[in-house]
Amino acid sequence: MRLTDDEKRMRDGAEGEAVAAAMDLLVRYGDALGAERLVETRNVAGTMTQPSPAKAKLVEEGGWAKAYAVINLDCDRDIEIPRMKVPTCQLQHGFAGDASGLTHYADSAIRLQDDAESYFSDRGVNILATCTPYQVGNLPVRGEHCAWMESSAVVYCNSVLGARTNCEGASSTGAAALTGKIPYWGNHLPENRHATHLVRADVTVDGFQEWGMLGYFVGELVQEARPAVVGKLGQPDLADLKHFGAATATSGGVELYHLPGITPEAPTLEAAFGGARIAEPVSYGARERAAVYDALNSRGTSRDVDFVLLGCPHASLDQVAQLAALLEGRRLHADTELWVMMPRALSSVAFHNGYTRTITAAGGRVLTDSCPAMSRAAPPGTRVFATDSAKQAHYLPAILGIEAWFGTLEECVDAALTGRWGGGLR
Amino acid sequence: MIELRGRGIVPGVVEAPALVTREPISGFGGIDVATGTVIEPRHELFGVCFTGQVLVFPGAKGSSGWSGFFQSTRLMGTAPAAMVFDVLTTKAVLGAIVTRVPTVVQALPRPLETIRTGDLVRVDGESGVVTILQSASSST
Repeated sequence: MRLTDDEKRMRDGAEGEAVAAAMDLLVRYGDALGAERLVETRNVAGTMTQPSPAKAKLVEEGGWAKAYAVINLDCDRDIEIPRMKVPTCQLQHGFAGDASGLTHYADSAIRLQDDAESYFSDRGVNILATCTPYQVGNLPVRGEHCAWMESSAVVYCNSVLGARTNCEGASSTGAAALTGKIPYWGNHLPENRHATHLVRADVTVDGFQEWGMLGYFVGELVQEARPAVVGKLGQPDLADLKHFGAATATSGGVELYHLPGITPEAPTLEAAFGGARIAEPVSYGARERAAVYDALNSRGTSRDVDFVLLGCPHASLDQVAQLAALLEGRRLHADTELWVMMPRALSSVAFHNGYTRTITAAGGRVLTDSCPAMSRAAPPGTRVFATDSAKQAHYLPAILGIEAWFGTLEECVDAALTGRWGGGLR
Repeated sequence: MIELRGRGIVPGVVEAPALVTREPISGFGGIDVATGTVIEPRHELFGVCFTGQVLVFPGAKGSSGWSGFFQSTRLMGTAPAAMVFDVLTTKAVLGAIVTRVPTVVQALPRPLETIRTGDLVRVDGESGVVTILQSASSST
């Protein structure tokens, strides 16, 4: 990889040991990818505050500097961590104080995270604490080079916003934050942003559940490739595309898709393919839709639901408003818990709008910062959960060993009110 | 002895048995770092431990936590001995670097069609050569 004089100076220690370690990691990483150079970024979204057993051990040994060095820079030396060089935000992390006592989640982990928030905010990290930084102020513009992790945020950043990021990890974002550099590779290059596959929706795709199922189908079909999707598509909103992208990144590794006429880099189908030959379409019809539904519901046997989880990726204000409207004046079943996860900043708005009061009065909880998958904890005793998120239906059975039902918001609320799953494909 | 030639992206040489899967591996929700085991229920390696083996797989899928999860296997002592994969993504490449195990990518002849689970292989992350030292069928 070719380095600029400025980058060589950073590598050689002119800006301190941490920046040198960061540059060393970026060079190893860029060379391994086959990148020719680095590109400047002023928008980093990574993870550093969330506790894990490995991190807790490192913090005990050498404080947060050691944890950042080992995990976020892949460096074993004892170094000081300076202020982040470019704007950097913390994505979702572990449960915070609002979840204290609700789960088998250690208070020591909550305290460790509090400590990390102080340490890293002192170093210029914005503790947005959400998998959806684009919902709460980190909104890159079209063409902007970013270094983001969190697969659902990456696919939204590339596809819906037209900004450019690869699916980065804890170490590459940790290094980007201290250098303002990331390998110029993959999605950063214009020629790598054109569609490779075409999916045609032959059934109507409209509404949150349908967009999630289509996304799950598309991800499994194309894996890491770049799909364009046409056909009987309704007008999606932010929540629909948030769900669609998260699902494509769960069943596959989609980082960029095009919806011709909807997403910014694809005014037309021809533009989506960048002038190259348009791929033969793969049909998403009634049979494919039913197969996706069955796959997402294959981990459910008992219809007695003890937990309902909403907000994955983190709920938008509209989604929380819809939930509050459905719960207005009602009361959850005695044996069923309902959590909606949302960004900390939006929960303040939800509180002021009265949504939180309505949800809480019904027996539900509005929680922030994390999710049961990230924190690996659900209400104690959960055996069967229901969700409107294709991503959580996919992950939680593996992570928590519980059964899953996937359906609409209305079906999930019904399960929370009755304690029974009554959903089905309609 | 069969040799596969690719590009070494993490240096080091190791000899260990191969664990081959045709399915991409997810880090987050796909592996348990404490035991070095695949935990995705529908994966063909569900319940199988990769610790100390040469993981031969198509590539990474799922969350960007991939690199962090595999890095944790190093910190917990449950890492694979080496990695051999084909699909070059940021997740898998960064994951291999921070797992710090010898890694070869995009080798020919294609690893998934050439290496079998149980084969004793040598991975040279410097030269990019993967050598099948002993095939599973000829070992006892």
